Amino acid sequence: NTASVINLWPVLEVVWLGLNLYLFIDTFHWYEDEDAYLYTRIMLGSALAWARASATCLNFNCMLILLPVSRNLISFLRGASTVRALRRQLDKNIVFHKMVAYGIAVNATIHIVAHLINIERYHRSQSKEAGELQNKLSALGKNSHESYLNPIRTYETNTTEEVLTTIAGVTGVVITVALILIMTSSTELIRRSSYEVFWYTHHLFVVFFIGLIFHGMGQLVRGQTPQSLLLHNVTYCKDHYLEWEKATQCPLPQFSGNRPVVRVMFVVMHSSGVLELHMKKSGFKMEPGQYIFLQCSSVSQLEWHPFTLTSAPEEEFFSVHIRVAGDWTIQESLEIPSRSIFLNLLAVDGPYGAATTDVFHYQVSVCIAAGIGVTPFASILKSIWYKCCNPSTVLTLQKVYFYWICRDPSAFEWFADLLSFLEAKMAEKGKNDFLSYHIFLTGWDESQATHIALHYDDKMDVITGLRQKTFYGRPNWDTEFKQLAENHPSIGVFFCGPKTLSKILQKMCNSYSSADPRGVQFHYNKESF
Amino acid sequence: MGQIEWAMWANEQALAAGLIMLTGGIVAVAGQFKGWYFAAYAIAAGVFVCLLEYPRSKRKKGSTMERCGQKYMTAVLKVFGPLTRNYYIRAILHAALAVPAGFLLSTILGTVCLGIASGIYLLAAVRGEEWRPIEQKPRERPHMGDTIKQPPTNPPPRPPADARKKPPAEAGGQVNPITVEAE
Repeated sequence: NTASVINLWPVLEVVWLGLNLYLFIDTFHWYEDEDAYLYTRIMLGSALAWARASATCLNFNCMLILLPVSRNLISFLRGASTVRALRRQLDKNIVFHKMVAYGIAVNATIHIVAHLINIERYHRSQSKEAGELQNKLSALGKNSHESYLNPIRTYETNTTEEVLTTIAGVTGVVITVALILIMTSSTELIRRSSYEVFWYTHHLFVVFFIGLIFHGMGQLVRGQTPQSLLLHNVTYCKDHYLEWEKATQCPLPQFSGNRPVVRVMFVVMHSSGVLELHMKKSGFKMEPGQYIFLQCSSVSQLEWHPFTLTSAPEEEFFSVHIRVAGDWTIQESLEIPSRSIFLNLLAVDGPYGAATTDVFHYQVSVCIAAGIGVTPFASILKSIWYKCCNPSTVLTLQKVYFYWICRDPSAFEWFADLLSFLEAKMAEKGKNDFLSYHIFLTGWDESQATHIALHYDDKMDVITGLRQKTFYGRPNWDTEFKQLAENHPSIGVFFCGPKTLSKILQKMCNSYSSADPRGVQFHYNKESF
Repeated sequence: MGQIEWAMWANEQALAAGLIMLTGGIVAVAGQFKGWYFAAYAIAAGVFVCLLEYPRSKRKKGSTMERCGQKYMTAVLKVFGPLTRNYYIRAILHAALAVPAGFLLSTILGTVCLGIASGIYLLAAVRGEEWRPIEQKPRERPHMGDTIKQPPTNPPPRPPADARKKPPAEAGGQVNPITVEAE
């Protein structure tokens, strides 16, 4: 059996090394290039990137090191593994453990040396010889409305004192000593001559991991906040530090220990009480139909709220539309210019959820949205529009039917705006027949009914302003499905909304699908939240 | 842990401490950190500790793995007699060497590690351990055994020594060109 003869070990080594290199280099470049750390780099130079890159590798390796020596896990994997070649790699667990340990030792050395240099440079930035810009940066935080950048607040101190009075410093020393003791007692000589010394000392790993958890919590290395980056133009301001606070493009920069990831590009307040947020986050990739969690620290540090993404993946930013209600009061901020809304924002988690990319796999797709379920379709329709307009994309999708059932369209004015925009653009490109949408209003009052009746003959719909007229009442699904079945052979149906309607639609799909597999088939896809 | 010779671990720890102190010292001197004079000291102390700790002591029981090329330093250490043999002295020496490096952040790790090594050496000294040089065994020339005076005269199969006293029965006996082995 040749499989048992294949030595997978070198492959594993190469994969591990490759991952380490990738993590190191990726993190290194991020800290060297990211604008948020420009001022930090002025004080620290490249030592910042070296320290953070090695920290990422340390996180990676420390996560791995316990796995090959978790005996129960190895036994479980041995039992569960069916491929013999893979099972045999489990015999090399101690070799892997040692390899990862060497990785930790190397990265720890780089990390410590880099931070020694950083601490010294932070200290130097407080001295007169460092120059005006560094002194100015170091002085930030003296007043109450400022946030500090330099964790060493004065020159009249020594680096040892500074380090040993911080959590990061103390835990750093403790875990390094633990690591050194573990390693000196693990040499082959010691293991063979006194296994107990090796064994008992190795249990210092508990101290190591506890210390490691607390080590990063202090967040001493700080970067500029995303909001500050919007207001303070670093490219200009770094050379004009005498104008800070005086020039409009250089308000004082603000810093925080949290790795700045989300940038709020702009905010649109719709009159229907809906807030549209456009954001950017490095490395953010989404698919239409997905959602994200948002946390606003000025509202609550613990709460994460889900919001469906309303932007298409083809766009340079991502957006959500937030209905104003509850704690997220925007009333006060209506008076404030939109840029400064969410000053203490924003953490983004995600995207999550099943992507509705299947919509592109059918020749004909029917999208049905009820009420608030319309939100993911903003993303989907926009994405369809981008793909349809991109001459290089070969699109299977030829026709989209969009059904929107809602009680009160004013709450979704922004969506109506989107539809009219798409309508106009499609007409421009001569693709009038690509998207056909039908809006059904299920709630109206006397005066509205009268108004509608009066304007029955108008070209534009009186409620939505769209060319296609709004219907009143619920759609007759039998009629709709019959018509669809007559015109197209294979149809994908996508729905987002309440369960009752989902059941109805599923029944429709089943009954109008032909018993003959070569006949018309409706494929039902339900959007789950 | 009856069989452990603590000095073995102390030796590993001290050697590591020497290297750490050396590295910390180099970083601070190269970067011209504030107070780099302590770092210059740390480099010297680190080198000294490394040299002192490089030759392994001979174990009480069993054979000892030498470090590569340690015989040169062994010769130097032997010269100092009790100063290098006694672990109490070594413990105090390491503790004393560690202190000045504690004044600089870059070398403070070296201080802690050397301090721990000092402690383990103290433990070794209390338990009566000593540093003993690993002597080079004189290379013996492979010489013939004393019992063999001269090579045998007759080809195999050879009868035992007493039987050889008898003259061979047939002078013109068959001489086998190839050794024949009886089953």
